Amino acid sequence: MGSQARLEKHKESKNSHRSIALKILVPVKRVVDYNVKVRVKADGSGVDLANVKMSMNPFDEIAVEEAVRLKEAGVATEVVAVSCGVAQCQETLRTAMAIGADRGILVETDAELQPLAVAKLLKALCDKEQPTVVICGKQAIDDDANQTGQMLAALMGWPQATFASKVALADGKATVTREIDGGLETLEMNLPAVVTTDLRLNEPRYATLPNIMKAKKKPLETVKPADLSIDVAPRLATIKVSEPAKRSAGVIVADVAQLVEKLKNEAKVI
Amino acid sequence: MSILVIAEHDNKSLKGATLNTVAAAAKIGGEVHLLVAGSGCGDAAAQAAKVAGVGKVLQADAPHYDAQLAENIAALIVANAGGYSHILAPASTGGKNVMPRVAALLDVAQISDIISVESADTFVRPIYAGNALATVKSADAVKVITVRTTGFDPVAAEGGNAAIESLAAGPDLALSKLLGRELTKSERPELGAAGIIVSGGRGLGSSENYHKLLEPLADKLGAALGASRAAVDAGYVPNDYQVGQTGKIVAPQVYFAIGISGAIQHLAGMKDSKIIVAINKDPEAPIFQVADYGLVGDLFQLVPELTSAM
Repeated sequence: MGSQARLEKHKESKNSHRSIALKILVPVKRVVDYNVKVRVKADGSGVDLANVKMSMNPFDEIAVEEAVRLKEAGVATEVVAVSCGVAQCQETLRTAMAIGADRGILVETDAELQPLAVAKLLKALCDKEQPTVVICGKQAIDDDANQTGQMLAALMGWPQATFASKVALADGKATVTREIDGGLETLEMNLPAVVTTDLRLNEPRYATLPNIMKAKKKPLETVKPADLSIDVAPRLATIKVSEPAKRSAGVIVADVAQLVEKLKNEAKVI
Repeated sequence: MSILVIAEHDNKSLKGATLNTVAAAAKIGGEVHLLVAGSGCGDAAAQAAKVAGVGKVLQADAPHYDAQLAENIAALIVANAGGYSHILAPASTGGKNVMPRVAALLDVAQISDIISVESADTFVRPIYAGNALATVKSADAVKVITVRTTGFDPVAAEGGNAAIESLAAGPDLALSKLLGRELTKSERPELGAAGIIVSGGRGLGSSENYHKLLEPLADKLGAALGASRAAVDAGYVPNDYQVGQTGKIVAPQVYFAIGISGAIQHLAGMKDSKIIVAINKDPEAPIFQVADYGLVGDLFQLVPELTSAM
């Protein structure tokens, strides 16, 4: 093969590699910051969210990071961040774009959104955007539901890999290692698929100032649930929110001997 | 009103979490049926039939249920959901994986991680890492629920005599397949079911120290080993050791928190333990706010001392 021909061949393979679009959709949720200790409202109607710092759900940050790494590795071609909720979710989308997502979609509503409703909104967006993979956080740290990714997979009729600690995409398949009770398991699945992230998948980067600035110029589209013809009415009514029983501090023992004595004779647990 | 409980098992035997889930079903009230889906799961089904309070065991036995793949198991549950007012599973990694899929296919909400049954349609569940408890009422025709096992005392494993009915297997959807499992081999009790847990945090400084200091103590006590998220993040132990909001929720008779500062996310996973013992060099560590017995000092000296005193 002459050098010119080799060059042509090289270009061709590069182009054919590029022509395979692999889009990743990453849903991100705006939640109370990880470090905030929430307070239950005195009237039992919920928790007090006034003047509380809000951030991207930590597991969603891991999801964005994973998608961006797949793009940087040349596996994915586009990363689209999606958030469902109030107008301020734009900030969460900008954070995702500062990490490296290419664009954002906000499904804007002031209504209370429960996981099934979010899964339906995401399904509507998946029908439109046709992603190859959706990477979600496994659970949001506000409602601790751990449902949305699995529900989306069900609605799409796609396979799912929850609690992922390793993700590889190749030849139209995803190979995912999952954190399960008692250890790890590795699944292989057809694409498209839904993956949900566990904490050991990666360590999300800090967005740099230039990337934060760049993110402000990336496209952000806003739609309403009605535009997607989705009924987001909640199925669960919250009757009340209360504070859990407080555990009071016990005693500081002087030494190991006293500790063993208390465990044996006072608590009678050993 | 009949309630379907999804049994957790390894084909040979029933996992303890199933007994707590049956207890939650009994609180709701109604006839309880246990679904045992697996491959060669006759032994597990036979154990299920002996569980106190179970009216009937449904056994679905097929090779494609062996790996407990969410797609196949959820489809099986949905195909057999008719006539049930509630479908329950333990909030283990297995139940958390499968049940939302079931709920979405039935077009109903899931009620995650319930710790209490108020009535047939009203349940209590923790939110915000257990810093608040929400009482929620479901308007759906079928209630799909995962049960936090520490919220319900297990029913007796023996004493029942239910009939075992064979269920026709559904098709293999072949959307995913299991390539392999790497399970932590341990002679110690399971973290979720242990009476005593010895748990370590960042204060241990290294994976080597974690094992060198905590294993002898756990061996003496017949305890399970656990860890804080910080210790998992630092690579001292695998993730399945993690106790906390996003790890395992435990409530043993005694919980030893060693070199654990007590972040709210960790407390969320262990604060229902009967007795909490904290060993930490920092007297201001938040773990002492919840500990029944606190020991302030150098864990590298205190833990070996404690081990030999046991």
